[in-house]
Amino acid sequence: MQTLYDKLWQSHVVHEESDKPDDMALLYIDRHLVHEVTSPQAFEGLKLAGRRPWRLDSILAVADHNVPTTGRSRGIRDPISRLQVETLDQNCEELGITEFRMNDLRQGIVHVIGPEQGATLPGMTVVCGDSHTSTHGAFACLAFGIGTSEVEHVLATQCLLLKKAKAMQILVEGELGHGITSKDIALAIIGKIGTAGGTGYAIEFAGGAIRALSMEGRMTLCNMAIEAGARAGMVAADDITIEYLSGRPFAPKGDLWEKAVTYWRTLKSDEGASFDKVISLDAAQVKPQVTWGTSPEMVTTIDGKVPDPSQIADVVKRHDMERALKYMGLAPNTPISEIRPDKVFIGSCTNARIEDLRISAEVVKGRHIAANIKLALVVPGSGLVKYQAEQEGLDKIFREAGFEWREPGCSMCLAMNDDRLAPGERCASTSNRNFEGRQGQGGRTHLVSPAMAAAAAVAGHFVDVREIY
Amino acid sequence: MEKFHSCKGLVAPLDRANIDTDAIIPKQFLKSIKRSGFGQNLFDEWRYLDHGEPGMSSGQRKLNPDFILNLPRYRGAQILLARANFGCGSSREHAPWALQDYGFRAIIAPSFADIFFNNCFKIGLLPIVLDAKNVDQLFREVQAEEGYCVVVSLEDQSVTTPGGEAFLFEVDPFRKHSLLNGLDEIGLTLQHVGEIKAFEEKHRAAQPWLFA
Repeated sequence: MQTLYDKLWQSHVVHEESDKPDDMALLYIDRHLVHEVTSPQAFEGLKLAGRRPWRLDSILAVADHNVPTTGRSRGIRDPISRLQVETLDQNCEELGITEFRMNDLRQGIVHVIGPEQGATLPGMTVVCGDSHTSTHGAFACLAFGIGTSEVEHVLATQCLLLKKAKAMQILVEGELGHGITSKDIALAIIGKIGTAGGTGYAIEFAGGAIRALSMEGRMTLCNMAIEAGARAGMVAADDITIEYLSGRPFAPKGDLWEKAVTYWRTLKSDEGASFDKVISLDAAQVKPQVTWGTSPEMVTTIDGKVPDPSQIADVVKRHDMERALKYMGLAPNTPISEIRPDKVFIGSCTNARIEDLRISAEVVKGRHIAANIKLALVVPGSGLVKYQAEQEGLDKIFREAGFEWREPGCSMCLAMNDDRLAPGERCASTSNRNFEGRQGQGGRTHLVSPAMAAAAAVAGHFVDVREIY
Repeated sequence: MEKFHSCKGLVAPLDRANIDTDAIIPKQFLKSIKRSGFGQNLFDEWRYLDHGEPGMSSGQRKLNPDFILNLPRYRGAQILLARANFGCGSSREHAPWALQDYGFRAIIAPSFADIFFNNCFKIGLLPIVLDAKNVDQLFREVQAEEGYCVVVSLEDQSVTTPGGEAFLFEVDPFRKHSLLNGLDEIGLTLQHVGEIKAFEEKHRAAQPWLFA
């Protein structure tokens, strides 16, 4: 009896040093996604060694981190960012790699466009020089982030040397409450197991509440697996997976589609397969989550309070908490609902898909952002998400509510472009990391779901979205 | 990749858990298309009082006198001592590049984030996992004694304190071999070209849609 992870691993082993499970194995990589930040040194290394990419049709490239979200027709203002994007363009052109350029409708965040194009398929191994590659595991793939040396390794050999991780199952049973989303599940899990709780594991999310999630919801969850320390997160393939992929440009067609679907239906853990660790969560108990600190595990529920470091016995933990509260400008025991953001960011590879925009639009519809909100941004995950949202009139709802409607990219999730927080500014953000300086030096990030970000924008403070939606 | 045999080096203690790669090397420096020069921006937001941008000369910038690496007694440190979950967050290899470029050869912590840990081996920077108890002891000793140096031996898989106490650590045999010999991993993988091609053929027959 095998877990889904066992199946994905075993079906890609090219070479094993020995039959000891602890030894490294050479694994074949089916899909290599490439973006501008972690690839230039890999392409340079490849060139210097006189090597060429092993399999061009496995690679899909896009610039997403550095791209501006306004005034695209004028190009990229920052010369260093521009050079990095141009370097990707050049490398792709020289080598014949498929790339969606900045002004292509299909351009967007790499972890949004892979699935959207059907370039991410069940049963694949998927890598990218980006930790949030775990997102693609929502499609019953083995998907994980790699460093630049490994990007070069995959380019040159189509393989990676890896050590098999342990398997963890996170079982979420029961039904999510109204207004509660997979982002809340993800943050609740991280609150429970910590940001290192999944270190050394590949996580499979399972149970009734996961099967009930849309592909968008599953992607959000797998995206956050890395914030729990797990390099890979995954969900078994089912009708929802197959339905989502049907008709996508890179997905198989005709007879091949039928053949693929038959195989994809086997991509689940066998009944009775054993995991090294199992964690359970009751979906019905999950409340809206808000982070208060500088690590995703520093999280509580909307009806909670900022914790009090003086109550923490562990010295290292207490110091970390004191430091986080100082950075965040928060006093112990402050009710979460009294925290007032200055900016709101709806976007990122975690939460910038159509479903995320729909639920935020529903919350803000007919309302306006509060007077204390200096800027509220919606940055769709891709040109096609943006187009779809515009077809549905969501852009109009956001604009009328006082939001800015931007071009797709990573934007203020990590602030490599011009979208960023000023020192001391506080943001309700649908992204994935609340690290110090992540959204701009001195910026203070509170991670929430899209519904909760929208609710905070109209209320001017964090509020239980269930009270207004 | 740089070889690693052993190293006797000054230890700098960074007493904090969950140090993320955004802190190790902030995002504005990832715009570089080069592989070198990241050392001057290692821990940029903690190390300097002003806001750093690419192209600024570090000599002109105001140092944060309270940051541990800026204390004269830790100048020239080659071993970084840290707490649990070091290197969490993004997959940026720029983080190990920056640590190595600054002069660090090894990092000791009770645990590391997976991607960071893996990235270190690719460039010849040695991440060492020791028991939290031993890490605690090292923190106490480093803080108590100026000029505190340890000897890291990859061959023996040990960290030896000035008092002669040796802490042993685990390392994967393949990674150890690669590091001791400074091997090119791509070159090693390409020794299996035949197997890769055979696998590819079998894979294509089983899942032809992956090659369409």
